[in-house]
Amino acid sequence: MRNILRPRAATDDHPLVKITLAVIAIGFLILFLFMPLLTVFSEALAQGWKMAWDALIEPDAVAAIKLTLLVAAIAVPANMIFGLAASWCIAKFDFRGKNLLITLIDIPFSVSPVVSGLVFVLIFGLQGWMGQWLRDNDMKIIFALPGIVLATIFVTFPFVARELIPLMIDQGRDEEEAAVSLGASGFSTFFRVTLPNIKWALLYGVLLCNARAMGEFGAVSVVSGHIRGLTNTMPLHVEVLYNDYQYVGAFAVASLLALLALVTLTLKSLLEWRFAGEIAASSRH
Amino acid sequence: MSLVIESVAKKFDRFPALKGVSFTAPKGCFLALLGPSGSGKTTLLRILGGLEFADVGHIDFEGLDWLALPARERRAGFVFQQYALFRHMTVAKNIAFGLSIRPRKTRPTRAEIARRVEELLSLVQLDGLGKRFPSQLSGGQRQRVALARALAIEPRMLLLDEPFGALDAKVRKDLRHWLRGLHERLGLTTVFVTHDQDEALELADLVAVMNQGKIEQIATPAELRANPATPFVADFLGQAPGGPGIVPIRTAVPKPSSHRFNEGSYTAR
Repeated sequence: MRNILRPRAATDDHPLVKITLAVIAIGFLILFLFMPLLTVFSEALAQGWKMAWDALIEPDAVAAIKLTLLVAAIAVPANMIFGLAASWCIAKFDFRGKNLLITLIDIPFSVSPVVSGLVFVLIFGLQGWMGQWLRDNDMKIIFALPGIVLATIFVTFPFVARELIPLMIDQGRDEEEAAVSLGASGFSTFFRVTLPNIKWALLYGVLLCNARAMGEFGAVSVVSGHIRGLTNTMPLHVEVLYNDYQYVGAFAVASLLALLALVTLTLKSLLEWRFAGEIAASSRH
Repeated sequence: MSLVIESVAKKFDRFPALKGVSFTAPKGCFLALLGPSGSGKTTLLRILGGLEFADVGHIDFEGLDWLALPARERRAGFVFQQYALFRHMTVAKNIAFGLSIRPRKTRPTRAEIARRVEELLSLVQLDGLGKRFPSQLSGGQRQRVALARALAIEPRMLLLDEPFGALDAKVRKDLRHWLRGLHERLGLTTVFVTHDQDEALELADLVAVMNQGKIEQIATPAELRANPATPFVADFLGQAPGGPGIVPIRTAVPKPSSHRFNEGSYTAR
């Protein structure tokens, strides 16, 4: 065992400083990350596995789970494509209004999700701009699946693009130019040079996007209408149950939601560990 | 005359990078574009490679309307200053890229591609390194991989952007001789950009000295040394007009700070 009191590098601080900082960081993690997570799981199982399980297979809960997965299954691929297209434009081409585009991509991060939900109600709602036309054509967006998907796409839009833009700018256009000078078409340049170089960042962005898409509350809450068994996603279902004093049910669904997020993160770490060499090769040059 | 460049000009926004460049060079010649940074030499090279577009002008190469061809159809082997190797591919895959992306009809068989890669690896003296990734190679090795990759497509011309710029002095000297030898074996029309007059004079058959978007003089190294056409050329080559032996005036030559100081560059001839 090495002596932790002996400095190992010129930039090392005093051991007391190191220990204090470590204690603060770990304490913070426990207090704000592990404790809440633990509470969620322990509350869910407070009255035994049976009760928690029953809360999950109850029809409204199943509908909420299905809806959440469906929304994520639509929103995440859509944002993967949008994000990829936007970052590709920004990183590989020069054009007027590029900075404006970058700012626009960030809007969902800076606007409150409730406001963005309201925007969709104002556009597609019954009293909204397109309300009359939508009703005449028998289309329903607000208080239905399309509205929830739209709101989710809006809120999770920046995740993929934000991951990709800095990396793609950093990688520059050299490899694409090389590919073209070797006779590659735009199509094969993209799929054989650009995409492989960014696949890890893309995956990371997609996973983050997915976690947020499943967990989004504010914007979805505004456009969904909280129709039980129909337009309630998992986060909304948790709220409904909690307000009904059905704590076991609320925490059981919350646990499942947390579990989905943990699976996502584990997946990411596993992939990173498995392909560590390749990831290092694509970020170095 | 095989490469004919006629009044090629190019502006970036307001900045004129090339102000009407014209010259001709014979087939199979080794041409150096020599000049300080900002002289337009790299812009001209990129126009030749199809990576940049000329505003006006005409280029004829072996009877082809060169500027009308898109970059991917020119078969101009371009070697980038920072190599631009595909970082996620092995050396062998990098070299094979140009062949493996051809449409099925013209694509060589897998075995044929593998054979070509082996051939090129040994041509650039990197036998046995095909399975490495670019990040596992030294600068000089990467440079040669980039060259092999460009040669794999059987290019009509070879374009080299500061091919030795990022290498240290020793490797640079070795590669220089090797490249000259390779050029003599292959007989490809080769254009390379450099800001190092020693390199240009030692390697090239023809040297085009460029300054502020114009060609100051294009001539053989011997003629440049004997009869510099303008004070700029004389200054840049390290000789005052009027012949050798006079103390050189070297203040006007900017050297990019990213390049190592190359001893010999500043000595009088």
